[in-house]
Amino acid sequence: MTKTINLTLKVWRQKGPHVKGKLETYHANNISTDMSFLEMIDVVNEQLTLDGKDPIAFDHDCREGICGSCGAVVNGRPHGPEKGTTLCQLHMRHFSDGDTVVVEPWRSRAFPIIRDLAVDRGVLDKIIQAGGYISVNAGGAQDANAIPIPQEVADKAMDAAACIGCGACVAACPNASAMLFVSAKVSQLALLPQGKPEAARRAIAMLCSADKAGFGNCSNERECEAECPKEISITHIARLNREFFKASFGSSVQ
Amino acid sequence: MQLDAKIPDGPLAEKWDRHRFEMKLVNPANKRKFDIIVVGTGLAGGSASATLAELGYNVKTFCFQDSPRRAHSIAAQGGINAAKNYPNDGDSIWRLFYDTVKGGDFRAREANVHRLAQVSNNIIDHCVAQGIPFAREYGGLLANRSFGGAQVSRTFYARGQTGQQLLLGAYSSLARQIAAGKVTMFPRREMLDVVIVDGQARGIVVRNLISGELETHAAHAVVLATGGYGNVFFLSTNAMGCNVTAAYRAYKKGAFFANPCFTQIHPTCIPVHGTYQSKLTLMSESLRNDGRVWVPKKAGDTRRPADIPEDERDYFLERKYPSFGNLVPRDVASRNAKEQCDMGKGVGETRLAVYLDFADAIRRDGRAVIEKKYGNLFQMYAKITADNPYETPMMIYPAVHYTMGGLWVDYNLMSTVPGLFVLGEANFSDHGANRLGASALMQGLADGYFVIPYTIGGYLAGTPQRAVTTADPAFKAATQAVNGRISKLLSINGHRTVDDFHRELGGIMWDYCGMARTNAGLEVARGLIQNLRAEFWENVKVPGDPGEFNQSLERAGRVADFLEFGELMLIDARARQESCGGHFNEAFQTQENEALRDDENFCHVAAWEFTGEDKEPAFHKEPLVFENVHLTQRSYK
Ligand SMILES: Cc1cc2nc3c(=O)[nH]c(=O)nc-3n(C[C@H](O)[C@H](O)[C@H](O)COP(=O)(O)OP(=O)(O)OC[C@H]3O[C@@H](n4cnc5c(N)ncnc54)[C@H](O)[C@@H]3O)c2cc1C
Ligand code: SF4
Ligand code: FES
Repeated sequence: MTKTINLTLKVWRQKGPHVKGKLETYHANNISTDMSFLEMIDVVNEQLTLDGKDPIAFDHDCREGICGSCGAVVNGRPHGPEKGTTLCQLHMRHFSDGDTVVVEPWRSRAFPIIRDLAVDRGVLDKIIQAGGYISVNAGGAQDANAIPIPQEVADKAMDAAACIGCGACVAACPNASAMLFVSAKVSQLALLPQGKPEAARRAIAMLCSADKAGFGNCSNERECEAECPKEISITHIARLNREFFKASFGSSVQ
Repeated sequence: MQLDAKIPDGPLAEKWDRHRFEMKLVNPANKRKFDIIVVGTGLAGGSASATLAELGYNVKTFCFQDSPRRAHSIAAQGGINAAKNYPNDGDSIWRLFYDTVKGGDFRAREANVHRLAQVSNNIIDHCVAQGIPFAREYGGLLANRSFGGAQVSRTFYARGQTGQQLLLGAYSSLARQIAAGKVTMFPRREMLDVVIVDGQARGIVVRNLISGELETHAAHAVVLATGGYGNVFFLSTNAMGCNVTAAYRAYKKGAFFANPCFTQIHPTCIPVHGTYQSKLTLMSESLRNDGRVWVPKKAGDTRRPADIPEDERDYFLERKYPSFGNLVPRDVASRNAKEQCDMGKGVGETRLAVYLDFADAIRRDGRAVIEKKYGNLFQMYAKITADNPYETPMMIYPAVHYTMGGLWVDYNLMSTVPGLFVLGEANFSDHGANRLGASALMQGLADGYFVIPYTIGGYLAGTPQRAVTTADPAFKAATQAVNGRISKLLSINGHRTVDDFHRELGGIMWDYCGMARTNAGLEVARGLIQNLRAEFWENVKVPGDPGEFNQSLERAGRVADFLEFGELMLIDARARQESCGGHFNEAFQTQENEALRDDENFCHVAAWEFTGEDKEPAFHKEPLVFENVHLTQRSYK
C-alpha cells in the first residue's frame, strides 16, 4: 500500500569537471513509497527550479533498468542498497521515514564528472571499439541456423551479454577496475562459435585499451559482482583471463 | 505538390530486386568522397551508420545520450519477426507481408511492406553472425514464439531483452567502424535543425549538450533515425529523452509529416498509479502467449482475484475472438481493455486495469518453464509493483507505446526534401494504422542494414551537387534561428516548470486523442493546446544558462515542439473521418465496436506540409493502391 515518507538528502553538487564540488542538503518531503529513486529526485528538482535554483543534473533515459544511463552512489553503494537493481528501478519503499540519504556520482579517474551526478563514461565505448565485436559486414552471412549452438552455451553467452554498460562495477571496485565490464563482452563472444576466430585478438585488444584508459587491475575483491545491477558473474573474469593467457602464449596474434 | 512514392514497376515480389538493379551505383572508390550524416543510433541509425561505413562512405553519427548504445531501442523486450518458417508452421514471406498489411488495417504501402518481409530473413542471419545470443532449442537451433496478429510462430528473441541484444549488435558493428575511422561519433549532441542548400538537405545544427555550444556539420545527405514521438503524451513506455524535435524541425524545413495521429496504445503495461509518475513500463506482449486476460463478470467486484471463482470471470478476449484469443493485435486488445473498464469491470485501486493471469500456464508447464521464458519480466513487474506475479495475476492497462506516423518517405526512404532520408520509427512507412508486435525491430534493422545502403547510393550517384561547407550562409541562418529560440526559452523566467506543461499537454492528448476520439473532443483539444502553448511561451521557467550542461533547457526545447506537434496530430485525427487500426473515432465503428474503415474516401496516406507559424498545414494525399491483397474488414474472430 502506498504511503509517504520524508527524507534528508545530501547530494553531491559540482558545476563542472574543474570546479570544486560539495554535498548539499535538501529535504524530500511527502515522497510516495511507490516512487522510483529518480522520480524522487524529479520531485526535488521541480522544487529547486521553482525556487530559482539549479536542479540536480543526472543521466537517465529508459527508467527500466536497461539503457545503463543512470547511476549514482547511494549511501556508499553504487545503484543503492537493492541487489540486482539499477537506480531507476530502486523504489522508495526500500527507505524509511526520516532516513538521511547520501547521493554521489561514480568516482573513478576514468570517469570525469560532467556535472553533479553526471559523469563521462566515454572510455567504456573506447574499450568496445578496441575489439568488442565480431568482424562481419552486413550482407554476407550464412543461414542463421547453419551452426547449431547448444542451449546452455547460448544461455551463458546471454548472461554475459546482459551487461548494460553502466559503470557501477568500476565505481564499486577499490582499484577502479573495469574487468567485469570487459570480461562480460569478451566472454559473450568467446563462448559463441561466431566469436571464436577473433577471441585471442579481442581479449588482448580490450584489456590493453582498458589499461590505457586508466582503469585499475583486478585483485579479486568481488565488489563489482556484488553491485552489478545485472548480476554479471566474476566467473567471466576468469574466462577473460583464460582467453588472455591463451592469446598471449598460444597465438601469433600479439 | 504531387506525392510520388516512386514504387518500382513489376510484380510485387520482383520490385525490390528490379529496383536494386535499376538504381545507379556509386563506384567503390568514389564512396569515400561522400559524407553522410546519420542522426540517431537506435536500431535504424546504428545499423545504417555501420553499414554505410562498411561500404566506404564517410559517416558522422549523432545521438543525445552519452553513448550510442543507450538509444531507446535498447528497451525493446519481446522480439523480432522474420519469415524463416523454422517451426514449419506455414509461414512465408507472403504471409508476413499479408499479416503486416492486415494488421496495419490496410493503411500501409504494399511495396514497402513486401520488401520488409523479404529482407526480414537476412536480418536474422546477420544478427546471428554478429554474435547475438538468441534463444535456442535444446537441439541448438533458434527458438521462436508467437506475437499478436499472427497465427504462426515467427518471433526471434533473446530472453526479454531482444532490443538490447539487437542494439548491442548494431552498436558493436558501429564501434568497429569508429575504430576503423569510417564513422565519427558525436554523442551528447541534440539535433536542432536541418540545413537546406539549393533545396537539398546538406547538413545539421546540433547543440553540444555538455558545453552548450551550437555546432554545424555539412554532408552530401542527411539520414534521420530519431525514433518516435510517443512522449507527446507525457506518460508513455518510451524512454524519457524520446522526442519529436528532429522530425518536427525537418517538417518545418519542408519534409511532409504523414499520418501523425496514428499512435499505438499497447495493451499490456503497468497501470498508472500516481501523479508523480514519470513514465510507464511495458510488460512485453510475449506474455500474452501464456497469460490470460480477464476481468470479473460483475461490475464493481472488489474481491481479490483469488476469491473470484472461475465461472465469475470473463476472459473477454478469448470469448470475443476465439481464433486469435489473447493474441489479437494491440489496438483490438487495448480497446477491449478500455471497454471493460468503462463498463466498471476494471480492477485494482484505480479500477483502470485488467488481469493478466499465468496460473493456468504455471499449472500446465510448471513454474520453471514460465520463469525461463519470462523471468526478467516477472522480476521487473515485482520490482515496480511489489506484487508477485507467480502467485497473483498481473494487473495491466494500455499505454502509449509506439507511433506509426512519421515523416513521409518514398520507396527509397527519402522525405519530400531531397537528400533527407528517414528510417525506423521516425518514418511512417510500413505499419499503416497499427503495428504488429516484433515488427518495429525488424523495420529498423531492415531500413538500416538492407535498404538505405542501396537507396542512398542511387540518390548520390544520380544527383548533381555542388561543394558545400558549413561556411555557407544557410548554416549561419539556421544557427541564428536556433540560438534565438534558446535565448527566448531562457529569458521567460515564468512560474511553471517544463514538466508541469508537459504533463498537462499529455493529459489533453490522452483524453482527446488517445484510445477513442470524437470530432467534438478533437476540436476542444485544439483550443486547449493553443492556450497551453501560449501560456508556455509566457510562463515557463527554464533555469540555468545556454552555455552549460542544462537538462531543463533540453527538455524545454522538446516540450516546445511537442506543443506544436500535438496540434498537428489533432488536425490529422479530425481530418480522417473513419476509424482504422489505432485511430478510433467513435462515430465510425461496426456493430461489434470494431474500427470501421472508409476505403472509398480514406484509403490514403495523409501527408501534411508546414505553411508557416500559426497557419493551417496543407494537406496532401498519397492514395494507397492495393493490387495484391483484398481490402476486407479485419477479423480476428
Ligand atoms: C518498452 C518498449 C518495448 C518495445 N518492444 C519491442 C519489441 O519487442 N519488438 C519490436 O519490434 N519493437 C518493440 N518496440 C518498439 C521499438 O523498440 C522501437 O520502435 C524501435 O526500437 C525504434 O528504433 P529507432 O532506431 O527508430 O529509434 P530509437 O531507438 O528510438 O533511437 C532514436 C535515436 O535518435 C537519437 N535522437 C533522437 N532525437 C534526437 C535529436 N534531436 N538529436 C540527436 N539525436 C536524436 C537518439 O539519441 C537515439 O539514438 C518497443 C518499444 C518500447 C517503448
Ligand atoms: S558489468 Fe554490471 S556493473 Fe559493470 S557495466 Fe556491466 S552491468 Fe554495469
Ligand atoms: S535510466 Fe536506463 S538503466 Fe536506469
